[in-house]
Amino acid sequence: MTGPETNQRSGRRTWEVACDALRILAVDPVQVGGAVLRCAAGPVRDEWLQALQSALPSNTPWRRMPAAITDERLLGGLDLAATLRAGSPMVQAGLLRESDGGIVLLAMAERIEAGTAARLAAVLDHGGFRLERDGFAAQVQARIACVALDESFGDDEQLPNALLQRLPLLLDLSNIGLEDFEAPTLDEHRIAIARNTLESVQSPPEIIEALCAAAMALGIDSLRAPLMALRVARISAALAGRDYVTSEDASLAAGLVLAPRATRMPAPAEPASTEPESVQQEPPQPQTPPPQQTESEQPQQDPEVQTQSVEPLQEQILAAAQAAIPADLLLHLLARNAAAMRQRSQGRSGALQQSRRRGRPAGVRQAVPRVGQRLSVVDTLRSAAPWQSLRRNALPADSSARDRVQVRSEDFHVRRYKQRSETATVFVIDASGSAALHRLAEAKGAIELLLAQCYIRRDQVAVIAFRGRAAEVLLPPTRSLVRARRSLAGLPGGGGTPLAAGIDAGAAMAASLVRAGLTPTVVLLTDGRGNVTREGIGNREQATQEALSAAKALRSGGHRVLVIDTGPRPQPQAAQLSTALGGLYLPLPHADASVLANAVQRSRQAAGNRTLAR
Amino acid sequence: MLMSSVYPFCAIVAQDEMKLALLCAAVDPGIGGVLVFGDRGTGKSTAVRALAALLPPIRAVRQCVYHCDPDDTRRLCERCRERAAEGKLPTEKTAVPVVDLPLGATEDRVVGALDLERALSRGEKHFSPGLLAQANRGFLYIDEVNLLEDHLVDLLIDVAASGENVVEREGLSVRHPARFVIVGSGNPEEGELRPQLLDRFGLSVDVRTPTDLQTRVEVVRRRDAFERDATAFLEQWKSAQSKLQRKLLKARERLATVDVPVAALERAAQLCIELKTDGLRGELTLIRAARALACFDGDTVVGDSHLKRVASPALRHRLRRNPLDDTDATQRVERAVEDLFGG
Repeated sequence: MTGPETNQRSGRRTWEVACDALRILAVDPVQVGGAVLRCAAGPVRDEWLQALQSALPSNTPWRRMPAAITDERLLGGLDLAATLRAGSPMVQAGLLRESDGGIVLLAMAERIEAGTAARLAAVLDHGGFRLERDGFAAQVQARIACVALDESFGDDEQLPNALLQRLPLLLDLSNIGLEDFEAPTLDEHRIAIARNTLESVQSPPEIIEALCAAAMALGIDSLRAPLMALRVARISAALAGRDYVTSEDASLAAGLVLAPRATRMPAPAEPASTEPESVQQEPPQPQTPPPQQTESEQPQQDPEVQTQSVEPLQEQILAAAQAAIPADLLLHLLARNAAAMRQRSQGRSGALQQSRRRGRPAGVRQAVPRVGQRLSVVDTLRSAAPWQSLRRNALPADSSARDRVQVRSEDFHVRRYKQRSETATVFVIDASGSAALHRLAEAKGAIELLLAQCYIRRDQVAVIAFRGRAAEVLLPPTRSLVRARRSLAGLPGGGGTPLAAGIDAGAAMAASLVRAGLTPTVVLLTDGRGNVTREGIGNREQATQEALSAAKALRSGGHRVLVIDTGPRPQPQAAQLSTALGGLYLPLPHADASVLANAVQRSRQAAGNRTLAR
Repeated sequence: MLMSSVYPFCAIVAQDEMKLALLCAAVDPGIGGVLVFGDRGTGKSTAVRALAALLPPIRAVRQCVYHCDPDDTRRLCERCRERAAEGKLPTEKTAVPVVDLPLGATEDRVVGALDLERALSRGEKHFSPGLLAQANRGFLYIDEVNLLEDHLVDLLIDVAASGENVVEREGLSVRHPARFVIVGSGNPEEGELRPQLLDRFGLSVDVRTPTDLQTRVEVVRRRDAFERDATAFLEQWKSAQSKLQRKLLKARERLATVDVPVAALERAAQLCIELKTDGLRGELTLIRAARALACFDGDTVVGDSHLKRVASPALRHRLRRNPLDDTDATQRVERAVEDLFGG
């Protein structure tokens, strides 16, 4: 779509923005909080990181943290070697403590677990944490900045929201080519001066107000965003040698902090043009709180609290943020309304939380460790500890073993992990015109009943709908019943039936669930009459062929499939499709909602048994 | 940002329901804890930590790890009981314990375990009390409570119900009082809470990001002022803080004297029947919270106005979930309140 020339220009521009962010971060990383670098590993990222490291004082801690870090390494705990040597418990500092005052480099941040992210988030908030581990209790200081290296590719992985919320500078460097970047010019003297003057930088009230208004106009809910933008703006002022924040600083901050978080394009500035916005908001998405639409307008309408100068300031900042919003986001936003965007991004954190589950710690038990089991050092030592003097005395007086800790095999404790065989149900819903006419409402009712069951069983659910030209993931895998219901309630009907695209999306979702260690069941609700091809062209014959081939692909994944025929009469096409899928077939006319629910449950049990047999 | 200074409670903008619930729990710990669930960046943990700075000191047995109450002889720990039998219980004023249960805590630190140091160096068996012991008579705060590991949740559920921590580990057999107000905060996106744990919370609060610009500007402005110069900011709020603290103290003193008339009891029962809440805990919490509120407001009798204000936090998490009903719990409670008390 874009020619190489514009591509290159945008790449240059991105690199300049990244260098702005770099200077900001270099002034006071801890106060800024950190950054997210979204791009694959490569020279661009290395250059940026290297420049950052060289811009920081030489003694600044710089630690790389793997996403799969254990609590023991992250927070600290008992140091076994030292404990054994000293004969008294010795504490081992965790990575967070070692990084105090410096940078934690979070490698492969998209793979981090929700729990680890929450620990990091707490440390970012409080500049330290309580250590309550292995018999040690302490308040540990850890004022860190976190640079998250996000290598996510595609939709199924994303940095957890808890971190995304707390790292102000979001940089997407993926479009920077080799010829676009060069070593950034860093005025170290200036940065050093900014470090000293930062304290005294004033933020005028109208700047604060303008940043808040801009955040709201961009549909950013969290109050952390304007706060972080303000912090960035103050540093920008300090870098420029001023002791107060100007609109330029605020614009820079808006571009760096607010723009990447935008969930909608701001309404045009003229109060007269409320109409286009309300059109944009029109699709029935109950999640959008209606007051927001008018509130973004409010600054203009509230003359008694606003000074005259504030308005243009707000517009300026908003314009800066708008300019920084990448073009493809703009397309995104135009294509789907803000509420749906927000739901999507929220859903991912839920999905991620479950994805790396290979079992949770479920205490320890006494046992000799075998292959694949982990020795719990602390509990082993604990169990050995009380007997030390006894065992020592049992040894001959001249034995050299007397001054070592006496551990016997009966002391061994292993960690236990609980691995739940979790199931996930993927609903693939035909929301096309033909289905909508007949049974979409009924299908929704049936799904709600299934959702209730899934809720009781703590299953995960995901919802994909296809209509018009393509399939859309309405709800990534989640346990939240509320969100599932909401996504369903907002599901509009009408348009053609891109059946193949729907089945493909279901298959992709099922495959990603398997990778996450879950057992998926795909429930396909359709009348089986596809009439739109994968390319989005209306052609019934080709569409049917494609649907069948997509069905075969889904079948080859070995997932459990249930086809629910939503046609007014049982359709041969749906039965055919079901055969191609190797799944259960259930025509809705004969199925009242509870029969349907039972059918899904049965198929799920079957899936479970099969997994056991494997 | 600094650990040493805590954002003052009075300076928290809006979020009235959350503040109300926390203050009620501070007036009457018997209400049984507060759960704060809601959007990100709404000041959940700020409020909880701010509450700690507000609590007036308590009288406790000197050098008792469990902060035993010298006046409550039934709930003394073993050592204090021995000392009481000998007839001497020296007391001291001490700050209300507000204990953080961090996510990475290990079980031995939560329930207490063998003192490793003494076992290693001297070969002695000695119990080293954990966080539950420290939190006795105070607050136990769990941030991101829905991310807490299952085995710790199980422990908490049991202890929060019995008010006693029983440790059977490594040949130790210890039981000690562990009555605390459990305060949890979290984000519903990260997952839901086990119903059993949900039930242990007396009050639950839903926090939302304020949607009006002036409020949002005020939040950012105060937070910015606090981050830049915490000392000056605290000084500015000092008199408001101490005023609130005195009010809290008075409310506590009044707790025994405030009257709950039969009419109020009936109202509460009606409301719970209307909403079909499970068990009696909802009713009990509702009454206690209304009484705490009356004490706080300086009223002598619990009336409809008090019940109305605490109905949502006391009951919203006790409604039976009806997955097919689209209205959320808060709306259901509000509707029932409106039907019963009139608009």
